[in-house]
Amino acid sequence: MAVATPTRAPEVRRSGIDSRYRRGVGRWLVLAAAVVVGLMILAPFGIMLLNAVKSPQDYSANGPLSLPSSIYLDGVLAFWERTEFPVKLWNSVFISAVVAVLGALLSLLNAYAIGIGRVKGRLWIVTLFLLANMLPQEALIYPLFTMAQSVGLSNSQWSVIIIFTVIQSAFGTYLLASVLGTFPPALLEAAALDGASRWRILWQVVFPIMRPTLSVLMIFFFIWTWNEFFIPLVMLTTNDTQTIPIALASLQGDRMMDAPTINAGTLVSLVPAVVFFLIFQRTLTRGVTAGAVK
Amino acid sequence: MADSTSILTARRSRAGRRPRAPRRGRAAWVGYLPYLLPGAVAFAVVIGYPLLSNVYFSLFKWRGGMAPLRWNGLGNYADLLGDDQFWTSFGNSLAMIVAMVLVPTIVGLLLAAVLFDYLGRRFGERVSSVLRATYYLPQILPVAVAGVLWNWILNSQTGALNEILRGMGIDAPPNWLGDPATALPAVMLVLIWIQIGYPVVIFMAALQRVDPELYEAAELDGAGWWHRFRAITVPQIRPETFVVTLTCTVAALKVFAPIYVLTRGGPESSTLVPSYYSYLNFFDKSQVGYGAAIATVLTLVIVVLAVIILGLQGRAERREREGI
Repeated sequence: MAVATPTRAPEVRRSGIDSRYRRGVGRWLVLAAAVVVGLMILAPFGIMLLNAVKSPQDYSANGPLSLPSSIYLDGVLAFWERTEFPVKLWNSVFISAVVAVLGALLSLLNAYAIGIGRVKGRLWIVTLFLLANMLPQEALIYPLFTMAQSVGLSNSQWSVIIIFTVIQSAFGTYLLASVLGTFPPALLEAAALDGASRWRILWQVVFPIMRPTLSVLMIFFFIWTWNEFFIPLVMLTTNDTQTIPIALASLQGDRMMDAPTINAGTLVSLVPAVVFFLIFQRTLTRGVTAGAVK
Repeated sequence: MADSTSILTARRSRAGRRPRAPRRGRAAWVGYLPYLLPGAVAFAVVIGYPLLSNVYFSLFKWRGGMAPLRWNGLGNYADLLGDDQFWTSFGNSLAMIVAMVLVPTIVGLLLAAVLFDYLGRRFGERVSSVLRATYYLPQILPVAVAGVLWNWILNSQTGALNEILRGMGIDAPPNWLGDPATALPAVMLVLIWIQIGYPVVIFMAALQRVDPELYEAAELDGAGWWHRFRAITVPQIRPETFVVTLTCTVAALKVFAPIYVLTRGGPESSTLVPSYYSYLNFFDKSQVGYGAAIATVLTLVIVVLAVIILGLQGRAERREREGI
């Protein structure tokens, strides 16, 4: 990986900040280096785009770098049909969305007790949750796999939903507990003087103020769950329950898959993630800053 | 846990200040215990019990499912000590740490500083934020999808890279993922590609909270870019560096999807990692007890490392507070 070698900053002139930044050729070299790094990162995407709309004949005749001689969408179609893409898309959306909501809810309840209730031993509880989030999933998978079988949840999206709700909320609890630890006490006192119960304080005082942070948390939970591979790979064994990454990975071994179809499959599989990211990018930054400078 | 730290770090600086909640009697906190109940139950069922069961399984020879469990004591662990593949897999974890922690953190630190403190000022924030988004792009893809893409690029017969090399007149380009000599470096390259944007984004967010007057003052004193980088940038974002190091090290030890999609640990175990090795024993070789022992060792390594890094972080923070 090329590193942008920083050249020395131009000599400092006392005459003014703006003009001194406009001097020297060094800055163009640094910019060029940074752009080269960017192009190296973009290159695989570019090659993939080029070949996703190429026919297999075109690919074998002209190689991966040529422009497609004509736009060929059969690769996309082949992938779409062979993986029953709409089913996988729905599975991914359903699992990730339910985990996002349930995970945020569970995090909030935990964090309310820890951050505002200041229950005894909270430092240990938070550490426990943090460590739980770091555990390798391999250390849980076989027992979870047999447990799912014994309660009739094998090959069910709900087994994956339950598992990720807990794993994600382990992180959510850690995060929200430290945010709620700094919750303005005046608000809580005022509500308590008005005779509000803990339950009402949670929903009518704490929840509205935490809403931006909670929505950021939900977006993270959604993306993380969407990208998960190991647990869905083990738990979801048939075509009708699998998520997009699993479908793509299991098609990869298929000998019928030619290069353009693989590329088309990759393209179709990454589109939802990119679209989701573009939609929520602003919410994300806003939520993070809203939480940070509240 | 890729992007978690952006919120995590935003919070860190405030964690120390904790205004008191209203006092109502000596043990007001007891009233909050019911709120912890759903979390505690879910945690016990999904994490606590399976974790302990896994340790329990690791003490048996077991082919899984309905097969009988045969007590083996610490036999599985003893076998691990003499198992070359086990040692190879942990050796490869070091390579994963180089590819996912060392290189991305160092390069990311430089890139973030260059974007923020150099290009951002000379070409405007637009330029630096477009570059930052470009670096971050691989991070938003499902890792498995990125792996499939690279698996094709690196394919010896039909892959883009070798097609290009052949076009350049190289008749026998390397079989990147199929040759034990090149497979590990090739996997490392893919991991660097995936990982590089993460520290850039975190570090740039961290730099936003550094007082710009520090830079102004240093510059007026005649400090060059490299000098400011070492004297201001690096020390100021040390907390974020800790968080990035911790999360990426844990991720490197746990890495599974890229290995599964790119090489399945091969060829000749050259890219085998602990998580894939335990998966192999669980679901391929039906050696559940042995797989459980590998997973248990991996868990211990991760927890010990996490505790060490968190301890170091705590110490650095204390020293900073006392120093100032």
